[in-house]
Amino acid sequence: MSISREDVQHIALLARMHLTEDELQVMARQLSGILEHIAVLQEADVSSVALTATLLPQSGVMRADVPQPSYTPDLLLANAPDREDQYLRVKAVLD
Amino acid sequence: MTTTAASGVAHDYEIVIGLEVHTQLLTASKMFCSCGARYADDAPNSHVCPVCMGMPGVLPVINRQAVEYTLMVGLALHCQIPEFSKFDRKNYFYPDLPKGYQISQYDLPFCRDGYLEIQLDGQTKRVGVTRAHLEEDTGRLVHIKDGMGDAYSLVDLNRAGVPLLEIVSEPDMRSPEEARLYMQKLRAILVALGVSSGRMEEGSLRCDANVSVRRRGETKLGTKTEIKNMNSFRAVQRALEFEAQRQIAEIEAGRRIIQETRGWVESKGITVSQRTKEEANDYRYFPEPDLPPLTVAREWIAEIAERLPELPDARRERFIARYQLSAQDAEQLAADRPTADYFEATVAAMTRGDEPSRAKAAANWLNGELTRLMKEAEQEVADLKVTASGLAGLLDAIDAGTISTTQGKTVLERAFASGEAPVAIIQREGIAQLSDTTELEAFARQVIAANPKAVEDYQRGRTNAVQFLIGQVMRQTKGRAKPDSIQPILIAQLDALSAE
Repeated sequence: MSISREDVQHIALLARMHLTEDELQVMARQLSGILEHIAVLQEADVSSVALTATLLPQSGVMRADVPQPSYTPDLLLANAPDREDQYLRVKAVLD
Repeated sequence: MTTTAASGVAHDYEIVIGLEVHTQLLTASKMFCSCGARYADDAPNSHVCPVCMGMPGVLPVINRQAVEYTLMVGLALHCQIPEFSKFDRKNYFYPDLPKGYQISQYDLPFCRDGYLEIQLDGQTKRVGVTRAHLEEDTGRLVHIKDGMGDAYSLVDLNRAGVPLLEIVSEPDMRSPEEARLYMQKLRAILVALGVSSGRMEEGSLRCDANVSVRRRGETKLGTKTEIKNMNSFRAVQRALEFEAQRQIAEIEAGRRIIQETRGWVESKGITVSQRTKEEANDYRYFPEPDLPPLTVAREWIAEIAERLPELPDARRERFIARYQLSAQDAEQLAADRPTADYFEATVAAMTRGDEPSRAKAAANWLNGELTRLMKEAEQEVADLKVTASGLAGLLDAIDAGTISTTQGKTVLERAFASGEAPVAIIQREGIAQLSDTTELEAFARQVIAANPKAVEDYQRGRTNAVQFLIGQVMRQTKGRAKPDSIQPILIAQLDALSAE
């Protein structure tokens, strides 16, 4: 299993990342290495195991619809890289 | 049917429409955290917490009420409710989505394979509902261009995480009008259930459309476009009319339809291509590992079904059967729950006549004068200052002959503006009809004395002179006199003059 340069380019686009040609090559090599490493899982015999969407033992866990106060906006925005008044400020995004 | 689609070349084509409707659910708290979900007009980022801001290490917990509302909608739309359901992650990067993914439902939605019925030209048409699934709303972006030409965006996450229900129809609609009727019926059901505010103009109810055209007789679907940004029922119909014509013109000109997303530009009345960088279907859905799947107990479904309120179609039929309303009146009243409630409260509060005659008067005034006033003031029934019992008092006064219909309209206008009870206005302003004969006789004498020409006309046998004189008395009394009571008095006085 290997990841091509084009695969990396596509993933980078979805992640809104710009990678140089060199970085594309490096990423392709490294991601391929990771997949090869993980590929060992393919060898496990899971024919007797049913497909599942979760490994959690419980299901149907829900909460009542009761609003609770949260932290103050100032505290929540404290780690924001940039803010303007009570807004988070980000680079221009074209729709 | 639209004039354009019915004419010329357009008639050779069939329009195929499917709708994707999103509605925020009226829960008190958000979908996966306990932040308040009613954020309208509040300061930015004042209803946020580490969960809905997507901070690392936090965990979502499902809001039971949102699931229950979803199941209510599923039952009202005759859907199947599978026993097993789960949430999935829909991955994409955009600043309105703090986690980098939206929690949604992919292959196992709560509701599937239902339908909704619309009434068109006296016929009932069934539109399939493919699925209804629960997800979370995104944040709001404000795009700014400052004086220096720098562009940036401001992010408000109050809306992020509000429960959002997506209802997807089958491509069963064949005209923009059918699409509008579907949208209106769906809104009526959502509002009747009490799960949605139904306010399209505020964006709490949104509609996207998939539309394609094909030559009549063709069974394969044409290439579709997705239309966004339609913020009213009227916009839905207009946008789809425009888009269908555009597609037909493209095909007629020998060009191919490109599958793309197009935005409706209300001010220009056109759709324009919205190039999106995201490649279609590259959301890399996978099961949400932070949320256990849900088993939807059959007992829960049965209990919800038991509690479902009366839905618009059933209410319309009851209005026709019980109040003997016309189909049109019943449809108009039953289509909006607050209006229907107001109507029934008015009929119940009226004290004169039998129920059908009370209902007839209430329907006429509600669908007529009151609707006109609300349209002018851009109000809805929920905003009305005139209460149902207030309107009932007014209609009783008209029925009793205390005031005329014309006076009733004036009183209603004042009550509509001030909120004062109509009966109180009638009493305070002395707007009661003059029924005192002596007083009416005095007015008649005055009018006869002031209009010798009309009297002469009458004596020459021109009976419409009487109508003119009635009008004059009405003017003198500022509409407080009833024409039927004035007429005999005037004629008696005129005849007495002639006999002299």
